[in-house]
Amino acid sequence: MAVTDAPRIVTARLGHDDSHTLERYLATGGYEGLRKALTMTPEAVAAEVDAASLLGRGGAGFPAGRKWSMLRKDPVTYLVVNGDESEPATFKDHLLIERDPHQLIEGVLIAAYALQVTQAFVYVRGEFALGLERVTQALNEAYDYGAAGTDIFGSGFSIDVVVHPGAGAYICGEETALLESLEGKRGFPRIKPPYFPAAVGLYGQPTVVNNVETMSNMPWIVLHGGEAFAGLGEGRSAGTRLFALSGHVRRPGTYEVEMVKTTFRDLVYAPVYGGGVLGDRKVKAIIPGGVSAPWFGPEQLDLPLGQDEVGNAGSMLGSGAITVMDSSTCMVRAAWRITKFFARESCGQCTPCREGSGWLERVLRRIEQGEGREEDVDLLLDVSDNIAPGLQWPPQQTTICVLGPSIPSSIHSAIDMFRDEFLLHVKEGRCPGG
Amino acid sequence: MTHFDAETAARARELVKLYPEPRSALIPLCHLAQEQDGWLRPEAMEEIAALLGITPAEVRGTATFYDMLHTEPVGRYLVSVCTNIACLLGGAEELLEHAERTLGMRAGGTTSDGMITLEDAECLAGCDRTPCVTVNHRYVGGLSPLAFDQLIADLRAGRRDGEVPPHGTLVRVRRNGGLRAGKEQIASERAATADAQAARARAAKEAAEAQGGGA
Amino acid sequence: MAETVRFTLNGRPAEARPGEVIISAAERAGTYIPRFCYHPRMEPVGMCRMCLVEVSGPRGATLQPACFVAVAEGMEVTTGSDKVKKAQDGVLEFLLVNHPLDCPVCDKGGECPLQDQTLAYGPGESRFVEEKRHFEKPIAISDLVLLDRERCIQCARCTRFSEEIAGDPLIDFAGRGERVEVATFPGRPFTSYFSGNTVQICPVGALTATPYRFTARPWDLDQVESTCTTCAFGCRVAVQSSTNRLTRLLGLDADALNQSWLCDKGRFVFESVNGGDAPEAPHESRSGRLVDPLVRKDGELVATSWGEALAAAAAGIRRATEESGAGAVALIGGARCTNEGAYAWTKLAKGVIGTDSVDAQLADGLPGELVLSLPRASVDEACSARAVLVLAGDVREELPVLFLRLRTAALARATTIVEVSPLETSLTRYAAVSLRTRPGDALAVAEALVAEGGAPAAPSHPEGEVVAPDELARARSLLREAGEGQEGEPGTGVVVVVGRPSLAEHEDVVAAAARRLAEALPGARFLPALRRGNVMGALELGMAPGLLPGRVSLDAGREWFAAAWGTVPERRGLGAAGILRSLADGGAGARVRALLVVGADLPDDFVDAALARRALERADFVVAVGGHPGSATDLADVVLPAAVVHERPGTTCNVEGRVSRLGQKLVPPGQAWPDWMIASELAAELGADLGFSSADDVWDEIERLAPVFAGVTRGMLASAEAHDGVVVPRDPGAGSLRAVLPIDPMSTPGVESVERQGAPPRVGLAGPAGAGPAGAGHAGAGRPAGTRRLRLEPAVGGEPVVAPEPGAGLWGSAQTLPVPHVGPADAYSLRLCSTRRLYDAGAAISHSPSLEPLVGRATARANPYDLDRLGALDGDAVTVRSARGELTLPCVADATVPRGVVAVDFDVPAGDGTRNAASTLIDAAEAVVDVRLESVR
Ligand SMILES: Cc1cc2nc3c(=O)[nH]c(=O)nc-3n(C[C@H](O)[C@H](O)[C@H](O)COP(=O)(O)O)c2cc1C
Ligand code: SF4
Ligand code: FES
Repeated sequence: MAVTDAPRIVTARLGHDDSHTLERYLATGGYEGLRKALTMTPEAVAAEVDAASLLGRGGAGFPAGRKWSMLRKDPVTYLVVNGDESEPATFKDHLLIERDPHQLIEGVLIAAYALQVTQAFVYVRGEFALGLERVTQALNEAYDYGAAGTDIFGSGFSIDVVVHPGAGAYICGEETALLESLEGKRGFPRIKPPYFPAAVGLYGQPTVVNNVETMSNMPWIVLHGGEAFAGLGEGRSAGTRLFALSGHVRRPGTYEVEMVKTTFRDLVYAPVYGGGVLGDRKVKAIIPGGVSAPWFGPEQLDLPLGQDEVGNAGSMLGSGAITVMDSSTCMVRAAWRITKFFARESCGQCTPCREGSGWLERVLRRIEQGEGREEDVDLLLDVSDNIAPGLQWPPQQTTICVLGPSIPSSIHSAIDMFRDEFLLHVKEGRCPGG
Repeated sequence: MTHFDAETAARARELVKLYPEPRSALIPLCHLAQEQDGWLRPEAMEEIAALLGITPAEVRGTATFYDMLHTEPVGRYLVSVCTNIACLLGGAEELLEHAERTLGMRAGGTTSDGMITLEDAECLAGCDRTPCVTVNHRYVGGLSPLAFDQLIADLRAGRRDGEVPPHGTLVRVRRNGGLRAGKEQIASERAATADAQAARARAAKEAAEAQGGGA
Repeated sequence: MAETVRFTLNGRPAEARPGEVIISAAERAGTYIPRFCYHPRMEPVGMCRMCLVEVSGPRGATLQPACFVAVAEGMEVTTGSDKVKKAQDGVLEFLLVNHPLDCPVCDKGGECPLQDQTLAYGPGESRFVEEKRHFEKPIAISDLVLLDRERCIQCARCTRFSEEIAGDPLIDFAGRGERVEVATFPGRPFTSYFSGNTVQICPVGALTATPYRFTARPWDLDQVESTCTTCAFGCRVAVQSSTNRLTRLLGLDADALNQSWLCDKGRFVFESVNGGDAPEAPHESRSGRLVDPLVRKDGELVATSWGEALAAAAAGIRRATEESGAGAVALIGGARCTNEGAYAWTKLAKGVIGTDSVDAQLADGLPGELVLSLPRASVDEACSARAVLVLAGDVREELPVLFLRLRTAALARATTIVEVSPLETSLTRYAAVSLRTRPGDALAVAEALVAEGGAPAAPSHPEGEVVAPDELARARSLLREAGEGQEGEPGTGVVVVVGRPSLAEHEDVVAAAARRLAEALPGARFLPALRRGNVMGALELGMAPGLLPGRVSLDAGREWFAAAWGTVPERRGLGAAGILRSLADGGAGARVRALLVVGADLPDDFVDAALARRALERADFVVAVGGHPGSATDLADVVLPAAVVHERPGTTCNVEGRVSRLGQKLVPPGQAWPDWMIASELAAELGADLGFSSADDVWDEIERLAPVFAGVTRGMLASAEAHDGVVVPRDPGAGSLRAVLPIDPMSTPGVESVERQGAPPRVGLAGPAGAGPAGAGHAGAGRPAGTRRLRLEPAVGGEPVVAPEPGAGLWGSAQTLPVPHVGPADAYSLRLCSTRRLYDAGAAISHSPSLEPLVGRATARANPYDLDRLGALDGDAVTVRSARGELTLPCVADATVPRGVVAVDFDVPAGDGTRNAASTLIDAAEAVVDVRLESVR
């Protein structure tokens, strides 16, 4: 099993029970990155991030440096950190928010300095009550410590950071919905164009939106240099990355692994990671990047955990959530549950997503409950096709945001890989697995 | 007459000031109102509307978009059971069915004593300890049916009151000047919680052993 | 700069305006793209996804919402490919998945965009076998609007309208995903003045209006285009009927006017035409209407024939003139007439009877000479002026759609609003500055606004200054800045909306203020905020003392009209207040003895109801002409039944001076006649021939004789180009024609086919309206270059008589208006402020069952400080006592009311049933009304 000796970048401190405290943080090199950044020019800091080839960790995998360079210069600009983490089976940001809030805050401050924004917001999923408490505490401590607020560490740079709670809506993770939510509105994703908040974002001002994990990498990148980060991993997929491993594995949890050098198999079976499948059963399918991602079968286990490697194989690393389903899993049920999630979380703007998700969910439930008809299987595919024309990857869409075209992913995968199982449900009028 | 009590009203004004535009404070204010009342009363929504300069219909319209904002009363303890994919694979459906049976109601309902509201939740980002359960948005870990029953009993008996604050996620969050509770207070609260947890764990173990012995 | 963006539409070259969205450019190129959520007057949201088209881009051709994506140079757009068709088919199938398909019982059935587009673009069958989403079937979200959430397709047209256009978002989306629904807040219904627009633009039957619900099937509806005359704004409408009853009004899109919106009063007040029966009453009767001529016999009004009634009316008039001269007859009313009716009545009164005591206003407007002499602004000009100074009542209450236009303009920063008003109004929050004044202060404030030099003195009161000095300074600088960098005289770039900030303040006070502004700002233009239906038409056609038809003064037009009509009054007559005073208190030497009440709600609608009642009671002879029974008809000796709006063809004039056509949709009930005909026949009875045998004849004479209407021929008014009307005086140079497409075909089903079948595409008259060329001074316009000057050749020899210029003599005549003296209030009195409400106790609303319940009850609103001094608490009963009368009302503590002012709404009933509570306190002779408040406890 390839467990590389890459350093732990964002989870370095988590061995300590008090990793969330300022004392521990300072004792483990905390705020050194910020101090160093403040001695550099903002452009130089941004250049390090660009050199790091850090891909955004929120799902789309867009290079952070590129995104930053698109920020339109305006007197008022914002940095917004996306800590909404609601993609099913994703729980890596949760860890960073609760266990190392100072690292996140430091990352935010570094980014704010590099981007010279006028205010920063950290949007934290409302359900993370403890996380909200910890980030706020950390922020207050950072203010007291002189790391945030006016004239940070005597550098002359000032920045106000506000922690903002969400209130339970998956769609608010979509960056434009998040901005709407932050403006006190319902989380309806904004229609594109403009495609990037970097041009028109919060309150119509240029805005950078980055994920919590993306931000948490900043202190290390500044301290060790972008080159060092880019030296880890391979190709476009630089550095280490957090993977949230769940499902039928012995040791579900969040693991920081070096990209590309590690494979799905490593992650599932290495004793320090997943430790193998429960009951030593066989892997039936894995969801490689959150429920929006098309599934893989066991034959793809040896794919490296790299952005392009997974993309070329027809799926995505997405939010870094990897869910293992073993041979005992009913695939109709799995597809149904995921579709139910989308039906409940569709914001309701776009007709295909709003109506299609509910329709698909009802049909899947019917099949799962043994009341399916044979034609339902093709109906599922055709309805899916009306949401994501062509059912290709990456998907085409008839909707405003990509939640819509994410709905068919699991349905299409399940039917593609396990059509027989669907037909058996229909024929036997029940789940053949029992 | 304001619906918010003096402290809540003061905090509300502080929150509004945090943002470039008042309406941004809508969600925090709703959390605040829930902290005071347990749910979003119409009076509270009217007050929020007035604070933000928008209509009550807009406050309600926006609030109802969000699962955590309740425009109907909820029980003292909101027990959320995640049934999404990772938890499903970990037996969440079975746990939810068990919960519905023992509480004698469907998910979404509230016990007649107003103590427990049961919720069938989407992923709570606690997928490594399944099936994931939270109470008033505090994680209580992956629970077996047995542990679930114990949780309910503990909640009913007030044995968890130290660690399960009321509704609203801003309960102990203060933007300026840190947490409302001082550092020492939090530390002692945490210690008490740890003690209670240890005690519960011991008790559970003893009970399991006793049961195991009986079987 | 007419830049164009070139693109390819279905393989053919096409052009778009810069920034134009695909759906609009394609439509102009003749390709209709189906849609639901798109409304060209609102921000696109791209939600319904019905308008998906294929657009070439870096990732190849992708599906994009045509309602949102702007055309880019070189873009390739395909609207009919298989991929597009599949997407459209898919969207429609999705929309129908949860749709209840209860079309047979749906108002929208037969004219439903969802039905139509499903037929054209949708699936032939449904593959959906699951249980549909259920909601409680229609819930009333207000007294006027019902919501069926099962039918809703979540297009956000209604919610966007309330937020973007009306600015009162009392409805909003609630919930998420499949459960998204339109919702009000509990206990706070959708009481918007503009709620009916949401019903009209709803592309399905989710929103329905109680006045129309279940009254007709769309295919049974007949319709005609017309103009709303509920207020003087003049929105263009389609009037629809079924079996000689009106069923519905739809707003038409007139770019320069209502931009497709209507207010609820204008939309629903048609019920009064039907007679005010509840909608479920038998369809044939119009029982609430006057249908027969009535003559008083033995103290009782009895139905009779026209012949007998006209003879009786003529006899009464003749008796008065024979005994006391022509001045013994007076006429009040006319604002409900068509232009043709107004002209005929003026000709009868001034040219036949010979009296100048004619007044279309009820002391609730502004002097006719002044209104007609101020250089006029169009609505578009007001909405694009550097600064618009609003010196009027609450525009939303009086001219609701003007409020929408000004609000939109202010939000788009197309103009800057400076408001002067005693009370906070609906415009206050959109105004850059809002000056609080007390009634009576208007002239002093105007003076302070335009005075030369440094800090001017704001009017002061015992309680101290009302107008904040820094606000005044800001207002001054905004007005000054408006002219900066502009050519022309001071005031260029300023439009003054001038109306009546309070009806408890004499019209001469505001008139004096307006004159002061006009003198100091000769470059400024004025938009009169007069409210009554066709009051502007009535003024333009001479229905005020000192005026003759066509915007000329009595003196300036005397020779011309004497030549045309034979006779014209010698002296300026009395206005409404003077007429009534003369009738009531003239004693033995009374000059006025007989009164013609032409479609006016006397006495209740008069500012000084006590005076009006005494006048009617003491008059020797009263003829009432009207469509509905009311107090005037109760007190009259002869009652003549008139056809009302939608029952007679003709034209009307709005506040801009825009002439537009009225459509006739119904046959008048019983023996009712159109107004011009009643005047003609009465003239005949008096031995004169007005010379008209149709409304068209009347217009032809107006065009021939009334200077401001020169060149506005019937042919022009009927032409397709004049769809939005013609502003007079018409500037031929400005009349560039342009095609106007129906802007939102979904919300005016079928309208295009009516009257316009086979006609060329709709075109509107564009260009600045109103005032004439620079240098016309205060002549109210002058004759536009290029129009022919009217002349009359004498029958036998001599010099031809030449018509006066439009505006002739008016400004001079306006100079002679008195400047009233406003004394200070004593420390114990409060100054009364009375403003109009949209829903008042007037005849139209009281005969409209759906609107009548919306009329409020009068209260006395005052600053908590003043109530405190009185020892009264909010809600307590207080007695309001003026020199005129007294009234007990509940008081309302309202911090927005300035100290020293008490507000009682105009023409709103008191709890005890007094119809126009405020009018019992007002003395029409006084400049202001000071009242004492006493707590009743
Ligand atoms: C439906 C949906 C949900 C998303 N949820 C999240 C989320 O919870 N957290 C997150 O960081 N990004 C989420 N994203 C991605 C964001 O839109 C955005 O790409 C990301 O926050 C950018 O940060 P990054 O560049 O650092 O990755 C979501 C996207 C979609 C379409
Ligand atoms: S695709 Fe779905 S979630 Fe995304 S904007 Fe449309 S309706 Fe909302
Ligand atoms: S999405 Fe374009 S019309 Fe609705």
